[in-house]
Amino acid sequence: MTTNEALINYCLRLGDSSLILGQRMSEWCSNGPILEEDIAMTNVALDLIGQSRTMLTYAGKLEGKGRTEDDLAYRREEREFYNTLLSERPNGHFGDTVTRNFLHSAFFYHLFQALKNSKDEMIAAHAAKSIKEVTYHLRHSSEWLVRLGDGTEESHNKVQESLNDMWEFTGDLFEMNEVDEILIKEGIAVDLTEVKKEWEKIINQVIERATLSKPEECYMQSGRLNAMHSEYLGHLIAEMQFLQRAYPEAQW
Amino acid sequence: MSNTDNQGGVWEVFIQSKPGLPHKHAGSVHATDKEMALQNARDMYTRRQEGTCLWVVPLNAITSSMPDDNDSFFDPSDDKIYRHPTHYVMPDGAKHI
Repeated sequence: MTTNEALINYCLRLGDSSLILGQRMSEWCSNGPILEEDIAMTNVALDLIGQSRTMLTYAGKLEGKGRTEDDLAYRREEREFYNTLLSERPNGHFGDTVTRNFLHSAFFYHLFQALKNSKDEMIAAHAAKSIKEVTYHLRHSSEWLVRLGDGTEESHNKVQESLNDMWEFTGDLFEMNEVDEILIKEGIAVDLTEVKKEWEKIINQVIERATLSKPEECYMQSGRLNAMHSEYLGHLIAEMQFLQRAYPEAQW
Repeated sequence: MSNTDNQGGVWEVFIQSKPGLPHKHAGSVHATDKEMALQNARDMYTRRQEGTCLWVVPLNAITSSMPDDNDSFFDPSDDKIYRHPTHYVMPDGAKHI
C-alpha cells in the first residue's frame, strides 16, 4: 500500500464518520423533544456534514479520478464506507442519541487535538477547525448525559441502559491497521492507543458526574477498518442517497 | 403531545454584538437550568456571528413595568423638552462642548 492510498483511506474514515453521524443527527430535524433541542441537534448535524465535506473533497483530490465530495457521499455502496460503527447506531430515544454523541464527540475531540499537529497540512487544518465545533458537541452531550443520569430514576435507568448497549461499539473507534502504521511513520496519523487514554479520562469523569456506572469489559464489535457494518448502515445510506440515485446528476 | 409543559422555564436572552457595546435583548429560550439556557441561547441566537457574549436571565428575575403604569411613568416627560440637551442654545464663545 502506498502512502497516498493510505491517506485516501484515512480521509474517508474521518469524512465518513462525520457524514454518517451528521446524517443520523439530521433525522432529529422536526422530531426534537423541544424546539430548542431540535435546533441544537440539527446544528450539530450541519457542523458534522460540513466537516465531512472537507475530508471527502480531499480524498477525491488525492485519488485523482475526478470524484467530488458528492460522488463519494452519494455514489458509494455500503461496503465502501469507513465510518465508525458507533456513528451509525440508530438514534433510539433522546438518551440513546445523547449517549452515542457523547462517546463519539469525546473520541473526535481527542483525535482532532492530536491531529492538529499532523504533518499533512489539510488534515492539520481540518482538525484545528473542527475542534471548535466538536468541543461544543462534547459539552452539549456531556451536560445532557449528566442531567439524565443524575435526573429521575427513570432517566437514570434509561441512559445507563443506553451506555451499556453502546459500549460494545467503542472498541472499534481505536482499532488500527496498516493504514495507521504507514501514516504514523510519516507523522500524518496519530496513535489511537494514545487517543484512547485521553478518551477514557473524559468518559470516566462525565460518567461519574452523571452518577452512572461504567459498563463492564465486554466483547467489542469491529468493522470500520474493513468497511464492515451493522445492519443499520444500509438503511441510512438508502435514505441519504435516495435523491442522487433516483435522479442522477440532479442539480439545485 | 401531552398538556403538561416540561420544557423548563423561560429565560430571556441578551447578546452583546461587540466587546464594549451593551447587551441587547434577542428573544427567549426554554431551559431547565442556567447551563442549558446558555447552550440553548447559543444554538438559537448566535449561529450567524451575532455576538461575542451571551447573557441568560430567568424570566422571573425580571421586573417589568405594567402598561397600566404608562400614564404615570412615561407621559409626564411629554411636555418637558428642556430635559433634552438640544433644548439649550449654546453661547457662541463655548466651542468645545
